[in-house]
Amino acid sequence: MNMALTDPPMISITGLSKYYGNYPAVSQMDLDIRAGEFFSLLGPSGCGKTTLLRMIAGFVEPSEGSIHIDGQDVTGLSANRRPTNMVFQNYAIFPHLNVEENVGYGLKRMRLEKAEEKRRIGEALEQVRLSHLGGRRAHELSGGQRQRVALARALVMRPKVLLLDEPLSALDKKLREEMQVELRSLQKAVGITFILVTHDQYEALAMSDRIAVMFAGKLEQVATPKEIYQRPRTRKVADFLGGMNFLNARLVGERAGTVSVEAAKFGAVNLSKPQGFTATNGHVTVGIRPERLRLLWDDDRAEHELIGRVENRAYFGEVTHLTIGVEGLEQPLSIVETNNFGADDLPIGADIRLAYDPDAFVLLAEDEAVKA
Amino acid sequence: MTDLAVHPAPSVPRGWAGSEEARGLALISPTFLYALALLVLPILIVIAYSFWTQDYLTIDRTFTFENYRKALFEPIYQDLLMRSLRISLMVSIATVVFSYPIAWFISFHGGLNKNLWLFLVTIPCWTSYLLRVMSWKVILGYQGVLNTGLMKLGIIDQPLTWLLYNANAVTIALVHSWAAFAILPIFVSLEKIDRTLIEAATDLGDGPIRRFVRIILPLSMPGVISAFLIVMIPTVGDYVTPQLVGGKDGVMIATAIQANFGKAANWPLGAALSVTTMIVVSLLAGAVVLGFKMLMRVVR
Amino acid sequence: MRNGFKLPLLPAFVILYFVFLYGPILLIPIFSFNNAAATTFPLAGFTTKWYGQLPGNSALLTAARNSMIVGVTVSLLSTLLAICAARAVTRYRFRGKKTMSGIIMAPLILPEIIIAISLLMILLQFGLGLSLFTVILGQTLFCIPYSMSVLISGFEGFDRSLEEASTDLGETAFGTFRRVTLPVVAPAILSSLLVSFTISLDEFILAFFLSGTEPTLPVYIWGQLRFAAKLPSVLALGTLMILASVILLTVAEIIRRRAESRRLQYEHGTH
Repeated sequence: MNMALTDPPMISITGLSKYYGNYPAVSQMDLDIRAGEFFSLLGPSGCGKTTLLRMIAGFVEPSEGSIHIDGQDVTGLSANRRPTNMVFQNYAIFPHLNVEENVGYGLKRMRLEKAEEKRRIGEALEQVRLSHLGGRRAHELSGGQRQRVALARALVMRPKVLLLDEPLSALDKKLREEMQVELRSLQKAVGITFILVTHDQYEALAMSDRIAVMFAGKLEQVATPKEIYQRPRTRKVADFLGGMNFLNARLVGERAGTVSVEAAKFGAVNLSKPQGFTATNGHVTVGIRPERLRLLWDDDRAEHELIGRVENRAYFGEVTHLTIGVEGLEQPLSIVETNNFGADDLPIGADIRLAYDPDAFVLLAEDEAVKA
Repeated sequence: MTDLAVHPAPSVPRGWAGSEEARGLALISPTFLYALALLVLPILIVIAYSFWTQDYLTIDRTFTFENYRKALFEPIYQDLLMRSLRISLMVSIATVVFSYPIAWFISFHGGLNKNLWLFLVTIPCWTSYLLRVMSWKVILGYQGVLNTGLMKLGIIDQPLTWLLYNANAVTIALVHSWAAFAILPIFVSLEKIDRTLIEAATDLGDGPIRRFVRIILPLSMPGVISAFLIVMIPTVGDYVTPQLVGGKDGVMIATAIQANFGKAANWPLGAALSVTTMIVVSLLAGAVVLGFKMLMRVVR
Repeated sequence: MRNGFKLPLLPAFVILYFVFLYGPILLIPIFSFNNAAATTFPLAGFTTKWYGQLPGNSALLTAARNSMIVGVTVSLLSTLLAICAARAVTRYRFRGKKTMSGIIMAPLILPEIIIAISLLMILLQFGLGLSLFTVILGQTLFCIPYSMSVLISGFEGFDRSLEEASTDLGETAFGTFRRVTLPVVAPAILSSLLVSFTISLDEFILAFFLSGTEPTLPVYIWGQLRFAAKLPSVLALGTLMILASVILLTVAEIIRRRAESRRLQYEHGTH
């Protein structure tokens, strides 16, 4: 990202809500998305992320609040007049038109010169590497090819914002991973703001500049992938993005940006305060990712060690997931070990030693929406 | 896109005029008004007429039940109505009974050609109704195919006279006419049955007959009922078939209705006969539905 | 389903049923080529003379022309009206939808003679003389439900995101209807046209009551049935009409099926 944080945002959402009857699909949302950013809306199904995307596109009318795109208020503007284009979840390739006609669909309205129109279609098809299939009909295309046509059809319009509604969910795993890389590099190449809706945390982590995690119509955290994963703001976010060991801890000291907490068996640790953190009667929750706990073999020594016993083991190919019971902890700890040293052979009931890094702990806020 | 965005923003129409409801109503209204003007309004006028009386060309608009008294209690109309109901019930029963195995065959043994089978079954129903009834006259007539064929074969030596011009001939021709209309709804309801339900019944020990009675028949009952009604309601008022193959003994109510609008020129009586027919058919339809439901309760 | 109890009987029944279904209809073309005025067995030899007589019959030609006028107009009108209603029913939610579509579909389950006489009464009531125009009015009412069923199933398979995609690409509501909706549902529209034309061509009751002095083909045939001597030429005419119906319906079915298989292919994708 070359943009400074102070640049005016490409999309500015203020006080946005959508109610279906009394049910709030999106409630009181404030969000800025920067120009040229690959931004993901991540959350479980029904969290309102698609509703939000469709409000940006103009297919859903907000109940309250406003949306500005590039400084222009588009709240009352219909979808065909917005500087946004969308890649639909099922791609919505027009079945009666061939690939070129699909891609050129929106250009027709602009009344370009024939040669210019053709040039832009060719360029868009090249961008998605489909130049050889221009004459094919929709029903003659594979899922991956359809996805590219949908992409080219939107890109050719040179939108200010490209909206992608779970564009990879219909593809099989291998193709999906290829497309993730390709979409990401395409976005960097064209420099258009992309907004991706997904329920797949790995997809969001792999592709995005920033991720907004949504639950029940509210933003739970908006941050870079690394920050979201390493410093989840709340227990919900931590849980949604991979495994996390949660520990009850006691607040022992509090300063401007940091707090000291004490957790059973782990002793005192200093942690930075997440946004919106308030301690209620001294009890807090801290978390540590399973891969930040490490098995110690034979003579290995670490500054911070813990003794435990293997309670359960699950083999996942390159890694093994272990459940370790530790005396004095209410819950056993989950750890993930690569299978280079024989973690996959550890018998259940074996006594082991664990190492941990106090910096790996995160303090989790009570679940409450943020303003981004 | 950018150039479009410069235009003053005409906002999405809000409020009722632009709502889904308004658009839906606006779109359906031409068709609905057409049906209102040419179906509902005419039927209301028929109902109005049925309470009036006619003397040659003048209509007397004093309210009277006289026409209904005639329609319900004069022996000829009573007979005609009863016969029409009897014939249409017979036709419905026969059509459903004959159609069910065909629908079954297509649904369970039709393989990849279900659509082709359905098409073959429906084609005859789309050919001219008049011609189909006429062909029965050709078959059953005194000098018809059946009589001359049988005589040629030496099975009979005189033409059978009881083949044509009676209620049976009407029934046969009507069953032939309505066959496909009964197959389609039954087929649709058989198709909807989740095949794993049948496997589950087998798994729980039911043989073919029990499976049919306990699973397939109850689940296809909506199709059977609608097939029955789709055949029964229109056949009550059939005009062509009794005229062509019914003779004196096969006359049905439609002939009487037509006569009152034609030669006899007693519109109010014709109207009362029409209304009576509609009401009686509706009652019968209700009774049929109720009857099937009770039957299913007994079977279960 | 391997159920042994019906299998041996079922194919036999199916065959018998098809004989019952097709037999009577096949007699019409068979006797139309029979070299005798009476429809008796055995057949008296092959002839095409009954067909030869048709073009010289001016009353028949007039009736045929009337049928064409009525058929074309009715199929256009009923398809147009059914498009509006089918679109409203499949696309929008509004109060009274069930009642309204119920009334539109009612001619399907009303005895036809009642539709016919009630129309006759209202037309005469308002002083409209009987003509081809009144036949068109009546048959359109009668054909709309059939057109609706064909179109509703066509519209239901229509993916709404296609329209959204079009709007998203800058197209107006009308432009979207013209450039996306219409072409995609074109097969359903075409088959609605063919089906309603076929129904109109064969429809008798409404034409009989409403045509006045301008008979359509079925009304003409009805008039001829009284004369035994006219039977062979009626059979020849009937054969041509059956042929026309079968061809039109086959075309409609092929269009429908091709659209269907393309849609299935589209939905499941090619790999």
